[in-house]
Amino acid sequence: MSLRGLSPADIFERALAGERHALGRLITFVERDAAEAEIVAEMAHTRAGNAHVIGITGSPGSGKSTLTGQLVKLLGEAGKRAAVLAVDPSSPLTGGAILGDRVRMEDVASPDTFIRSMATRGHQGGLSLAVPGVVRLLDATGYDPIVIETVGVGQVEVDIAGTADTTVVVATPGMGDSVQANKAGLLELADLFVVNKADRPGASDVRRDLELMLDLSHLSGHDQRTGMRPEIVMTTALSGEGAPEMWDAIERHFTTIADNGQLTERRINRDVAEVRNRLMADLESRIDVMLTGNSLSGVAEVLDAVAGRSLSPTAAATQLAARISDL
Amino acid sequence: MADEVSTNPPQLRVVLAKLGFDGHDRGIKIVARILRDAGMEVIYLGLRQSYKNVVNAVEQEDADAIGLSMHNASHMTLAPKMVAALAEAGLEVPVVVGGIVPDEDIEPLLEKGVAAILGPGASAEEVAQTIRDAVASMRAETSQA
Ligand SMILES: Nc1nc2c(ncn2[C@@H]2O[C@H](COP(=O)(O)OP(=O)(O)OP(=O)(O)O)[C@@H](O)[C@H]2O)c(=O)[nH]1
Ligand SMILES: [Mg+2]
Repeated sequence: MSLRGLSPADIFERALAGERHALGRLITFVERDAAEAEIVAEMAHTRAGNAHVIGITGSPGSGKSTLTGQLVKLLGEAGKRAAVLAVDPSSPLTGGAILGDRVRMEDVASPDTFIRSMATRGHQGGLSLAVPGVVRLLDATGYDPIVIETVGVGQVEVDIAGTADTTVVVATPGMGDSVQANKAGLLELADLFVVNKADRPGASDVRRDLELMLDLSHLSGHDQRTGMRPEIVMTTALSGEGAPEMWDAIERHFTTIADNGQLTERRINRDVAEVRNRLMADLESRIDVMLTGNSLSGVAEVLDAVAGRSLSPTAAATQLAARISDL
Repeated sequence: MADEVSTNPPQLRVVLAKLGFDGHDRGIKIVARILRDAGMEVIYLGLRQSYKNVVNAVEQEDADAIGLSMHNASHMTLAPKMVAALAEAGLEVPVVVGGIVPDEDIEPLLEKGVAAILGPGASAEEVAQTIRDAVASMRAETSQA
């Protein structure tokens, strides 16, 4: 049905009733951080908090989308309503993006699966605001579990995957991936490792490398922090081999953290992080307004004094900090 | 709270697909890059898509436009059926057809609700502008009604 002329609240009702275009539109609001987004967030938050959120991250081309497709296929067969949020980088030059994750999932995913592709849109701060907002909507409208696919390259993408209840890091043979994972801090983040492309030579070497690194991180306190040693699962996403084992391991992780109280803790931290990110974004835009506009009297004088070397930048910041709340 | 992007026109999201069974994806891949380079977000579905798949993608991705690549004679049946499937789903999203379409087929396709047709000679700028225009006129149409 057409969404023409509907209020955000009407569209929300439609999304709750299972209309997928309505949910698609709500996500657009959140993604654009449009005026409607705040209303929608309010309505969604009271209904959310039920879904198991799974982050899947790893190097470009490691098979995250294919694997996600196999996973949601299984979930669909088990009668679950799964959703996928697939994040891909925007071109820094043009702001455009080719979002190609969907095509890898669609063939296998059950028709009940909701798949949304999202571009990073150049502003990474925005991504850390938009992703939790979209996850909340999917959760509020009854999708469970929710899988977030991000490429494990930028810090923000890694952070996003890391805010999931269960974070899966995908490694593959022949790319020095496990070493990469270590560098990018993915190792610290992983609740579960998947060695994908197990049909290729070298997969067992990757597994061995990961085991070694986990042995070391055990010494450095990883297990104490997370409560469990990450499992390692071998998969061949192309054929679907290993996907059921992957799901079992994801569920085992979820059960463990639900039982030991860590799930609650993670979710509280996640909410606090979101509030923090909002505040940061808000502060940042105020600071920009203060420094680039003429909206506050006296600011130009302070900046002139810095330029004229009669006031240090440090002293200027101290003076101006007191005025941020005036904006 | 507004982000830095909202002062620019909202980024267009375009679903690109090829219906039916013909198997070349060179053209559609080039179009994907053209649209990306024009600043759009392309949801790339690629080859052998069904109407249902495209409708699903448009709903879930909240796409602003659809680009259909056609390189065989089936455009006269496939494209109008796509338009009808969208209408049935209540989706007010323009369909732009790209590929080799004989001149005498253009008018009938437009009559059946296809928003625009791009021949193989279209420049990158024409391709992007045609999508933008199709979205703009669909919006003008639906906000009047
Ligand atoms: N041999 C082999 N190839 C695979 C396997 N899984 C995925 N691939 C192939 O690897 C390529 C990348 O797969 P994707 O699922 O798109 O990988 P991705 O990690 O989502 O890629 P990006 O989103 O671009 O980072 C495709 O050509 C897949 O067919 C596997 O288990 N074995
Ligand atoms: Mg992918």
